[in-house]
Amino acid sequence: MAHKLLGQDFIPHDVVAKVTGEAKFAEDFRVEGMVFARLLSSPYPHARVKGIDLSAAEKVPGYVGVLLPKDVKNPEAPEIPLLTEEPGYIGAPILLLAAESETAAQDALEKVRVDYEPLAFHVDPLASLHPDRPDARTDGNVGATGVKFQTLKWTKADFDKGDHDKRMPAGKAAQEWTYGDVDAAFAKAKYVLDETFVHASNSHHSMEPRTAMAYWQNGKCIVHVSSQSQSFITPALAGLIGIPPTDLVLIAEYCGGGFGSKGGAYPLQALPALLSKKINRPVMMRISRAEEYFHGSARLGFQGQVKLGFAEDGKLLAADLYVIQENGACQSFWDFRNAADGLSILYQPEAMRWRGMPVYANSPIRSAQRGPGYNQMCHIMEPLLDKAARELKIDRLAIRLKNGPGLNAPFGAQRETVSSCYLKEALEKGAGIFGWEERLKRNGQRNGSKVTAVAVGQAFHPAGFFGFDGLLRILPTGKVHIHTGVGNLGTFSHSSTSRIAAEVLKLDWADVVIERGDSRRNLPWNIGQFGSNTNFTMARTNYVAAMDALSKLKEIAAKRFGGSAENYDVDGRRVFRKGTGTGMTYGDAAKQAIILGGKYDGHELPMDINPMTQLSATAIAGTGLVGVAKDNLPMNGAAAAFAAAFIEIEMDLETGRYVIQDYVGVADCGTVIHPAGLETQIKSGAVQGFGVAGLERIVYDPQNGLPASVGFYQAKPPTYGDVARRFRVAGVDLPDPSSPLGTKGIGEPLLGCAGSVLLCAISEALGGHVFNRTPVVADMILNHLAGRPQAHGPLQVNCQ
Amino acid sequence: MLKDMMPHFDLYQPDTLEAALDLAANLGEEGWLVGGGQDSWDWLKNRTKRTRAVIELSGIPALKGVRSDGEGMQIGALTTLTEIENDPQVRERFGLLAAAAGRVASPQIRNAGTLGGNISQDTRCWYYRAGVDCYRAGGNTCYADTPAGQNREHAIFNASRCVAVTPSDTAGALTALDASMVIARRGGERVVPAAKFFVDPAVNIRRMTVLDPGEILTAVRIPPNWADGEGRQVKFYFEKVADRAAWDFALLSIAAAFRMDGDKISEARVVLGAAACVPHRLRKVERALAGASRNSETADIVATLESAAARTLGFNQFKVPLMENLIRRAVRGA
Repeated sequence: MAHKLLGQDFIPHDVVAKVTGEAKFAEDFRVEGMVFARLLSSPYPHARVKGIDLSAAEKVPGYVGVLLPKDVKNPEAPEIPLLTEEPGYIGAPILLLAAESETAAQDALEKVRVDYEPLAFHVDPLASLHPDRPDARTDGNVGATGVKFQTLKWTKADFDKGDHDKRMPAGKAAQEWTYGDVDAAFAKAKYVLDETFVHASNSHHSMEPRTAMAYWQNGKCIVHVSSQSQSFITPALAGLIGIPPTDLVLIAEYCGGGFGSKGGAYPLQALPALLSKKINRPVMMRISRAEEYFHGSARLGFQGQVKLGFAEDGKLLAADLYVIQENGACQSFWDFRNAADGLSILYQPEAMRWRGMPVYANSPIRSAQRGPGYNQMCHIMEPLLDKAARELKIDRLAIRLKNGPGLNAPFGAQRETVSSCYLKEALEKGAGIFGWEERLKRNGQRNGSKVTAVAVGQAFHPAGFFGFDGLLRILPTGKVHIHTGVGNLGTFSHSSTSRIAAEVLKLDWADVVIERGDSRRNLPWNIGQFGSNTNFTMARTNYVAAMDALSKLKEIAAKRFGGSAENYDVDGRRVFRKGTGTGMTYGDAAKQAIILGGKYDGHELPMDINPMTQLSATAIAGTGLVGVAKDNLPMNGAAAAFAAAFIEIEMDLETGRYVIQDYVGVADCGTVIHPAGLETQIKSGAVQGFGVAGLERIVYDPQNGLPASVGFYQAKPPTYGDVARRFRVAGVDLPDPSSPLGTKGIGEPLLGCAGSVLLCAISEALGGHVFNRTPVVADMILNHLAGRPQAHGPLQVNCQ
Repeated sequence: MLKDMMPHFDLYQPDTLEAALDLAANLGEEGWLVGGGQDSWDWLKNRTKRTRAVIELSGIPALKGVRSDGEGMQIGALTTLTEIENDPQVRERFGLLAAAAGRVASPQIRNAGTLGGNISQDTRCWYYRAGVDCYRAGGNTCYADTPAGQNREHAIFNASRCVAVTPSDTAGALTALDASMVIARRGGERVVPAAKFFVDPAVNIRRMTVLDPGEILTAVRIPPNWADGEGRQVKFYFEKVADRAAWDFALLSIAAAFRMDGDKISEARVVLGAAACVPHRLRKVERALAGASRNSETADIVATLESAAARTLGFNQFKVPLMENLIRRAVRGA
């Protein structure tokens, strides 16, 4: 079906606003009487605060007040505390101090005397499971969403079974599942791999630090925050502040990047509001670039073991995966579970066992980072798949096509299926663009000290949810206001998914006004902008709202001009009778809706919509024709996004450095909704993947817990010189049947396929050597080429 | 932890060198000299180092620009790295320096950063930058030289209690070119060869250069003896290996100059950056190269001459094979 708007480029309002400076981020706002606040953070990786002396700080000119741990109600452990008296990492917030200027606040902060009792700590989750080693917390060492918070140590005998980097010690898991007969499947295998692995943590590097400003007015708490999400975080943030969601005014129109770390509500968003209430002044808490590396968050790191059994034809028969996850000091994400789902769907083993162990460590809080768990897994698996292909003498593309998921592939322990998968199509399309067969002739070619390597990689991530609400209204002016509460991560998908509604109503884009970014704009209950879900989830909500509006338009026309609603159609901002063309403009229909009242103008609402949507719809009732509905559309499997990538690198074997000569990224993202947005996503995801695979990692001195990666130049996100010299992108452009117009998400696997393909290419350049460690950095390559042992210990993490 | 919040200080912005020298003399250790600020602002913002006053030198025209008398060259200390990278005279005659300047950090930093700042900057040892009480900071330990220290970037030569390295890309090139530093003070001036300008920790563990309070580095002089062009047979080689293509400090760099006599090397300068606290001349290599052909065979012969002298730490053993490879590449010419 040809679309009017879908598949067409457009310039979202964001672009103009960001270029002109019109866009205002949280730290750009000022309110009369506003004070500035600074955080006092722990200098110890684990300590107990025995006393806080403010006497000298209070004498600093400009001092206004302070928010202490005793002033706040922290969420139940091990959730991230607002302020803490038992900091679990260097940088953990202990108090928030306000002054008339930011400099004065920092000056006063330096006068605060805190009496710390240092406690035992660790930055190695695996080692900490030894019965003689300390834990990161005093109240438990293992836990995650879906896993009981508990103390779970392994025995000395468990550790005795380990064999350095050949075999990871493995005791009782906190969570596990199995499907199929794993032992029998391994018994059938022609080739078995059994390897340890490490995947480093790396910072999110959000360009906009997590600044927040808040004040109270007429019983409402107004907060300006840096957030990927809008409506979705309102209940949780209100809970942190201690108010009903209806008393929270949430302003988050622009977000300078989050990559998952700002998807949900987080404690720093609440602190200015709490201090503001205490001192009765508006409070700006600006988080600096340096502080972001302490108060921000990071991808969850892995230590683990994976055993794979392949048939002679390359089919993966069996997989046995054990993942130890570094949680950081507090509750974090469930990457360790996602990793298992990721392995099961991408490679479709006949039988699989997974064991997981989420362990707390004295390192900063972790949160989802673009492809949480799924991307770590493909970074680990893809080079091993190539290793199997080499051993079995199978083409590396062919082994992926052999094992790749089909259209409705099953995954995980429950063997759920996906709504659509076109990974094989993506691989084939990418192979065609890249010229895989021809390029293979270049693989291994030497040019002096340089060697050329080509590789293929792939990745998966879920791509959508369901059950949220859509809301729009047609005004008497004829303009259509689409209310979207999804948030603004910076991908423009608040607008691109609104185009679904515009498509249904056959609107010109100029007739559409997007209402977003401020809860006072009457926003519906929508999912947050995370997890590659927006294009699927919000396509459905905007579709159902538009379909509701369409029905009402037709009903109003039928009431006016006779016949039944089915006799009417829409186009050109008019609803008209098929055949005769008799009808009215959208603006006139909106006026009629106001006259009719009831369901037409929002005075009567569906019973199944969320209370937030009810409030918003009620607030706009009587202003036009209101389209509002909950997404009750059928789901035929879980929404899933896949991506394939091809790469050519030239590695200098004397320096360990490489240049990415060519990169092709192909997305299985359903119907392409916004080509320019897709291109940007594929390229930016690739750049981020290059960084995770080859550059970025968190580093600590295990002797004192000091963090080494606390700035852009230390944490090493890729630079302009590290991107591919030639970049090509494509979409499979096949519709997902569970999405009304075929769209689904894509953001996350675009990182994973790029990271994977780069790791595979590095391995290929080194004659097939697999490091089983991400990132692979220059010194690892040099040590390998020189025949020297690697500097890091077996399964050592958080190190250089 | 890092504060990232600029503290109060008195700001002086003199527009003549004389005024700046007066201020430097009067303020002594309490007067912090700032050129491009790419090192200074980090220290001050993070409040790991403090000062009562800042003397900001960017308004002094006499400290900027490249001047050549047809023989040697004098480069004002506040000449930006971008200007040096693009200066036709520098590129033609001292391409080694132009190449090194062009590999510093990123274009934005090169636009602001100066030659004087690049060679005077403090070490980037992450422990020291984090504000710990190490030897260099006046304490009595080195955090990096420990069994589990994270010392991938640290020294393999001439460490003495402190194992930090020089972060400067241009310092090695200037050392190879036999450059001297012009240092002014109220009522006088001294000219210090590069070999003596940079300070080993064994000499003084608290400073990277010989600059004393009250002194200002005003210029860098490069003598003509290593100038390229005009029939001289001089070949240069500069290479910096870093994790990223831009922005990073070197894991290791090499700056080499070869005076050629036909296809033979008559004299060589080979200097490593990020290998020691100061630019590290590979004198054994230099001696071995005298009279040798500049080819792969020679490269292989000399590549390992310095390896036995290297003292590696837990995470920087890779610097030894990397050094050997960089020597090979310099001698081979790629």
